[in-house]
Amino acid sequence: MTDFIAPNFQPAIAEIFLLIMCCVVLLVDVYLPPEKRGITYILTQLSLLIGAFLTLSLPMNETVLTFDGSYINDPMALVLKLFIYLVSFFAFLYARQYLVDRGIYRGEYYVLGLFAVLGMLVMVSAHSYLTIYLGLELLSLSLYAMVAFNRDSSTSAEAAMKYFVLGAIASGMLLYGMSMIYGATGSLDIGEVASYIAANDSDSIVLKFGVVFLVVGIAFKLGAVPFHMWIPDVYEGAPTAVTLFIASAPKIAAFAMLMRLLVDSAEGLHVHWQDMLILLAVLSIIIGNLVAIAQTNIKRMLGYSTIAHVGFLLLGVLAGTDEGYVASMFYAIVYAITTAAGFGLVILLSRAGYDAENISDFKGLNKRSSWFAFMVMIVMMSMAGVPPFIGFWAKLQVLQAVVNIELVWLAVLAVLLSVVGAFYYLRIIKFAYFDDADEDASEITAPADMKIALSFNALLILALGIYPSSLMALCVAAIAA
Amino acid sequence: MFSNLPLLSLIIWLPIIGGMVVLFASRGETGLQRVLALAFSVATFLLSIPLYTAFDVATPQMQFVETAAWIPSFNVNYELGIDGFSMPLILLTTFFTVIVVVAGWQVIKKHVAQYMAAFLIMEGLMNGVFASLDSILFYVFWEAMLIPMFIVIGVWGGPRRVYAAIKFFLYTFLGSVLLLVSILYLYFQTGSFAILDFHDQALGMTAQTLMFFAFLIAFAVKVPMWPVHTWLPDAHVEAPTGGSVILAAIMLKLGAYGFIRFLLPIVPDAAAEFDWFVIALSLIAVVYIALVALVQEDMKKLVAYSSIAHMGFVTLGLFVVFSIYRQTGDVAGAALGVEGAVVQMISHGFISGAMFLCVGVMYDRIHSRRISDYGGVVNTMPVFAGFMVLFALANTGLPGTSGFVGEFMVILSAFQVNFWIAFLAASTLIFGAAYTLWMVKRVIFGDVTNDKVAQLNDVNRREFWMLGVLAVAVLLLGIWPAPLVDVMHSSVDHFLNHIVTSKL
Repeated sequence: MTDFIAPNFQPAIAEIFLLIMCCVVLLVDVYLPPEKRGITYILTQLSLLIGAFLTLSLPMNETVLTFDGSYINDPMALVLKLFIYLVSFFAFLYARQYLVDRGIYRGEYYVLGLFAVLGMLVMVSAHSYLTIYLGLELLSLSLYAMVAFNRDSSTSAEAAMKYFVLGAIASGMLLYGMSMIYGATGSLDIGEVASYIAANDSDSIVLKFGVVFLVVGIAFKLGAVPFHMWIPDVYEGAPTAVTLFIASAPKIAAFAMLMRLLVDSAEGLHVHWQDMLILLAVLSIIIGNLVAIAQTNIKRMLGYSTIAHVGFLLLGVLAGTDEGYVASMFYAIVYAITTAAGFGLVILLSRAGYDAENISDFKGLNKRSSWFAFMVMIVMMSMAGVPPFIGFWAKLQVLQAVVNIELVWLAVLAVLLSVVGAFYYLRIIKFAYFDDADEDASEITAPADMKIALSFNALLILALGIYPSSLMALCVAAIAA
Repeated sequence: MFSNLPLLSLIIWLPIIGGMVVLFASRGETGLQRVLALAFSVATFLLSIPLYTAFDVATPQMQFVETAAWIPSFNVNYELGIDGFSMPLILLTTFFTVIVVVAGWQVIKKHVAQYMAAFLIMEGLMNGVFASLDSILFYVFWEAMLIPMFIVIGVWGGPRRVYAAIKFFLYTFLGSVLLLVSILYLYFQTGSFAILDFHDQALGMTAQTLMFFAFLIAFAVKVPMWPVHTWLPDAHVEAPTGGSVILAAIMLKLGAYGFIRFLLPIVPDAAAEFDWFVIALSLIAVVYIALVALVQEDMKKLVAYSSIAHMGFVTLGLFVVFSIYRQTGDVAGAALGVEGAVVQMISHGFISGAMFLCVGVMYDRIHSRRISDYGGVVNTMPVFAGFMVLFALANTGLPGTSGFVGEFMVILSAFQVNFWIAFLAASTLIFGAAYTLWMVKRVIFGDVTNDKVAQLNDVNRREFWMLGVLAVAVLLLGIWPAPLVDVMHSSVDHFLNHIVTSKL
């Protein structure tokens, strides 16, 4: 037995702070009367801001391992964490008025949300299979509860049940894969697994099987076809405020998990997982884009659009080059920002006693508010990958990565299906601009903070689209380290 | 005095910023919005004039070059420059934006600011396409341009506007994504996104062939060539007058410009191999589409089909050069075809723009585009009838108008290759005359057929100047095309010498 040595807590300072804040918010909320719920909200947002500040205070360009090698802080983790804070901040902000209007403005939303953020941060910084799993479960369990948050709604309950059962199976798969790799390599540490694979025969059948199960688990969490079934149902069934959160920041964390599991630990098995990812990517892009066309529910449609985006995200990683990882990282960040704005707009159109559920609810938006019609156009065009919006650069980079490994057919397939995808995004713009509103064309009513944040979010998509090099350089630096 | 200014950047960004100003700076004041839009479009036009006056006709090199790093990690540069091909097209763009702003002055009543802003932003983006020397920059402008046009057709268009707008967008989007893959492949080969580096890159025949078809689809949709032309009649018919004018006068030219800037110089060997294919498509456009135009009952549709037929001359002129070179071994003979194609592009811009404006003038009064709803317009609108007849004659290629020059040059060069190609191309002189003049006969001449026509008022001062300026341009270019032809001589020679050199 060696003596106990206190680990270096500093790299995890932000996470420790958030954990404390989770407990504080939970306790404070219990003693608050309902009309003072704003305090919970403000505390939550403050925790995110201070957490972001603490993360920023860490050394930028160093890779630090702590907790006996099971926790890492590297530039990639830092960048991804900052965007997780940012996107979650937006999500909580957009959600507030929605929750108030529906009488479910309860502290649990924010407590669960904070725990989910903590889970994501742990996933991003994980350097051991065990840490990944802990972070993932913390995230997932919080999300299951959030989906069922509106407990009087039977569709929410159904969605939560579905999400929980499928999510549990996925976690099981992932754990199974991890155990196989542990069996083969004798370690759970990502670095040790990687060096074992590099030093030994990568053709080992146990390792191959392990990777298969890892990929299944990751594909489940990302929502890649054929493991995508939960996405449309959960997106539709959950309250929009929750869908907004599930759809945005957790994808950044899922990307981090993908990087840690497949690239950091199993890059030696690239030849094996590349083919699997190609299959997942192709199926996701095809099915996501085609099925989205048939949707009339905006949340379901965005769900299928997510599936298609996941396919694009996988294109970068499967290239197996630094350039490809940069492209996918960029894609994940861009996707999260754009999706937050997209669901934010859906919430904006909802009002007390009325949920904007159908695509036709966008009708006549240009009459009601030409500014937010413009925002809808920015978000949808960005998702469709039309320049000069940021979504174009995301697609461009993953395509470049694929072309550079001479899989031109994959690039051609992807761009052709993105034309199919453009159709359903255009349809929303069509409703917003070309059609007149059915009923009263009332002004958009929303709190000023939400309007400002939403405008900022959408204009960010435009501004980054015109000048993408800062974000690109950030991703390049993060991956190069 | 202008040499220090970044003129190209100015004519790209001034209208875009102007569009934003019109959108947000003038709440509800439609009068102010119109004046602001006019001011920005005129300012941009004035700024584009030095591009012509200070242009050095002796060199085929890019001029007014501006370079700045844009995305260093991705090796994308903000690189602008123009040569003898793009400069006239930029002038055409800035000129027509002024016309379109004037044309929409009284007619557009709904969302005036958005209408004006859309055209200003579109102007900047189109200038960007013509001025880009970096392929990614080119692609960004090329695609972004679709957005304002999509909005223009969909918001201010006719009854089937939604269908037309979405068809327009998806058709062109489908074409351009293949262009994107080609650009990425070329980057993979050259390590650069500069178009001029692409020109110098040696490529194998398989790669050239694949890219040839990718480029062909991208640009043929835009031109449009038969059989990927079907979006154009829909888009033209449903678009408001201003949209039709920009579409016909500028956007169709972008496709032909793409052939000149991308397809021919980058994959010359594949182009020489498959030139018969493009020539065949061009001839189908010239002959078959002209016959289709003959039976149209909607004036806008008729002009739209006539645009397709006329653009067939442009692609014909560009692709006969390989046969001429094979037969004569001399690029001087081929120069006629290319110059004819470019003259035809400019001339068609003026004529088709003017034709759509004429249809628009009538539509504003009677709200119908059906030929059968008119008749005897000359009795109530004599001045207008004069303009309409002039533009119609120009459209048929009457000597003395600009329509004659380009078509004649292309037919002459086609004669060097094959009598039958020239014969089929020349048939347009008959068919074009048939469909245009027959329409003019039914709409303008004869007795007044109904009450609505009897109550028509002749053109007002705004419309008179708008059409008058175009009439002068059409005649001037027809009588004295030298100012246009001179600026492109050296660029054309350079271009031809480049594309007849094998890259294998």
